[in-house]
Amino acid sequence: MTSAIELDDVVKEYLSHGEVVQAVKGVSLDIAEGEFFSLLGPSGCGKTTTMRMIAGFEAPTKGLVKLHGQDVTNVPPNKRDVNMVFQSYALFPHMSVWDNVAFGLKQRKTPQDEIRRRVGEMLEIVDLAGREKRRPREMSGGQQQRVALARALVNRPRALLLDEPLGALDLKLRQAMQIELKRIQREVGITFVYVTHDQNEALTMSDRIAVMNDGLVEQLAGPREIYERPATAFVAGFIGTSNLLTGAATGGTLKISGGRVMVPGQDGDVTVTVRPEKITIGTEEPAAGLSAVRGTVAEVVYLGTYNSYAVSLADGAEITVFQQNAHDATATAERGDSVWLSWQAQHSYVIGS
Amino acid sequence: MRRLTPYLLALPSWMWLAIFLVVPMVAMASVSLQTGNAIDGFAMTFSFSNYSDALGRYSTQLLRSLLYGGMATAAMLVIGYPVAYWIAFKGGRRKSMYLFLILLPFFVSFVLRTISWNFLLSDNGILFGTLKGWGLLPDDFHVLATAFAVVGGLTYNFLPFMILPIYVALERVDPRVVEAAQDLYATRAAAFRRVVLPLSLPGVFAGVLMTFVPATADPINAAILGGTANTMIGNIIQTEYLTNLNYPTASALSFTLMAVLLVGIFVYARALGTENVLEAAAR
Ligand SMILES: Nc1ncnc2c1ncn2[C@@H]1O[C@H](COP(=O)(O)OP(=O)(O)OP(=O)(O)O)[C@@H](O)[C@H]1O
Ligand SMILES: [Mg+2]
Repeated sequence: MTSAIELDDVVKEYLSHGEVVQAVKGVSLDIAEGEFFSLLGPSGCGKTTTMRMIAGFEAPTKGLVKLHGQDVTNVPPNKRDVNMVFQSYALFPHMSVWDNVAFGLKQRKTPQDEIRRRVGEMLEIVDLAGREKRRPREMSGGQQQRVALARALVNRPRALLLDEPLGALDLKLRQAMQIELKRIQREVGITFVYVTHDQNEALTMSDRIAVMNDGLVEQLAGPREIYERPATAFVAGFIGTSNLLTGAATGGTLKISGGRVMVPGQDGDVTVTVRPEKITIGTEEPAAGLSAVRGTVAEVVYLGTYNSYAVSLADGAEITVFQQNAHDATATAERGDSVWLSWQAQHSYVIGS
Repeated sequence: MRRLTPYLLALPSWMWLAIFLVVPMVAMASVSLQTGNAIDGFAMTFSFSNYSDALGRYSTQLLRSLLYGGMATAAMLVIGYPVAYWIAFKGGRRKSMYLFLILLPFFVSFVLRTISWNFLLSDNGILFGTLKGWGLLPDDFHVLATAFAVVGGLTYNFLPFMILPIYVALERVDPRVVEAAQDLYATRAAAFRRVVLPLSLPGVFAGVLMTFVPATADPINAAILGGTANTMIGNIIQTEYLTNLNYPTASALSFTLMAVLLVGIFVYARALGTENVLEAAAR
């Protein structure tokens, strides 16, 4: 696979009120052609800034931007074969839906009949046929979002940059659009770089995810890897719910308040994460070889498909446990019960520090 | 009660309009149709010939006023648009200071400002006198008492009224929308033509209205900078009213000017102020 987008140690500094702010502190990415690539991270971590450097609206303070093998660091946005779907859509308010979508083709001097055909097809795909005469302000948020998508896609760019395109939509519409986006991406086969701060969105849609924090990439991997084997405590905490246990291990066992955590092959200070759904809750003492911790149920929350337990240990730390409602809806333990928690050694994932 | 509140709040402005606009207009309309003289008094005779007489005598000045007003407006647009653009997009955190500088001349009276231009431009004044003394300009060079001086004075005096509305319109243009145009392969020039300019047209429309009308009717610039050969309709109205005490002619001229301007505005609004134009600009 050839790479569609490469960032080579890119830094972006802003001067704000006389102070230098590092929005991006050295990011390297290699995004393959046809990939669905997500940038995931909390607000202000530098996702939009990274996108703007790929699109060409900002010049990096340091580092290189390459598109399809060519250095484009100093190429203006109108000469880059990527299109952006803006966080705020940025539709042209004085143009009809049709003229919005046709804008890029007109700028490229595409023949009239081809413009008519492609814009018509595109509006069909995003389900906006029959609304081509409307102005953006006469459309709902979801419709505007689809206009923005159509306006970028109709140009058949080699890569599409999407900056939180579903941020303004309600949950239902958002889920529908996620499926739709994924379908469009498969159909047109172009590279998608997708910015989001919604971890579920990133996990379900992406081929690979770069988790960003404070201007840096914390981990770059596939969704399964990111979820199962978080590289840092930040990633473990940001993606899903996760229990963090720290302490000094001796001979592959970490002693914690009220029990033990099996960490095969580890010695010295370690940080371990355990996903709540990997933990079994029970009243009997677990077998040897399993991680086992004693605690008191502090809270039980019924969440439909599963129950969530907060179990407090002797030292006051809390462990979250999810248990599927597979057989009957009654909880295994009640608030105040003394319980044993256990999980297999392979589910204690040691975070590289 | 609550439903009446908006009307009650609007009442003072309506009263104001009624007393200070409608009443004098009706009075003037009536005077414009009277005959007589200042000593024996005027009587209503429905003499519509007042209009044709006035127009016959002063059509030159009326046309000249429209010409000068139009030229000054064009000059203000050419000078003012780039200034407004620069402040809106490149002004950064000093925007309000630049706007203040634009408004600064208003702290000096309109007449005084114009008189100072008279000083500056006078044939043997500090500027041209010095240059002539150095032999850089021919002795008979003059700017004062030319059409150029009058149009220049009008341009100078009304320029802020052109800049401010255009600035307001440009300030409202979302920079992301301009970026979107560039992202969609538009050059900077194309992005300006297709996006920024159409979005700023309402400001241009307002700016032209706010400058063309007062510039066309203005008597001060022609009086102070124009000499005797560049009289505008405002000067005629003033003379007829204050010197000749010929109230009917002055009123008839005022109404004629108003009618011409209103028709002009109407035609202009139909041509530029509607969404059709914006749509055309989008193609
Ligand atoms: N033009 C600018 N001038 C100064 N600082 C800026 C500028 N643009 C961004 N920043 C700063 O850079 C950091 C990263 O901003 P960025 O917009 O990339 O965040 P983000 O990850 O897209 O956040 P969000 O999820 O809220 O959109 C922020 O701290 C922001 O305040
Ligand atoms: Mg952002």
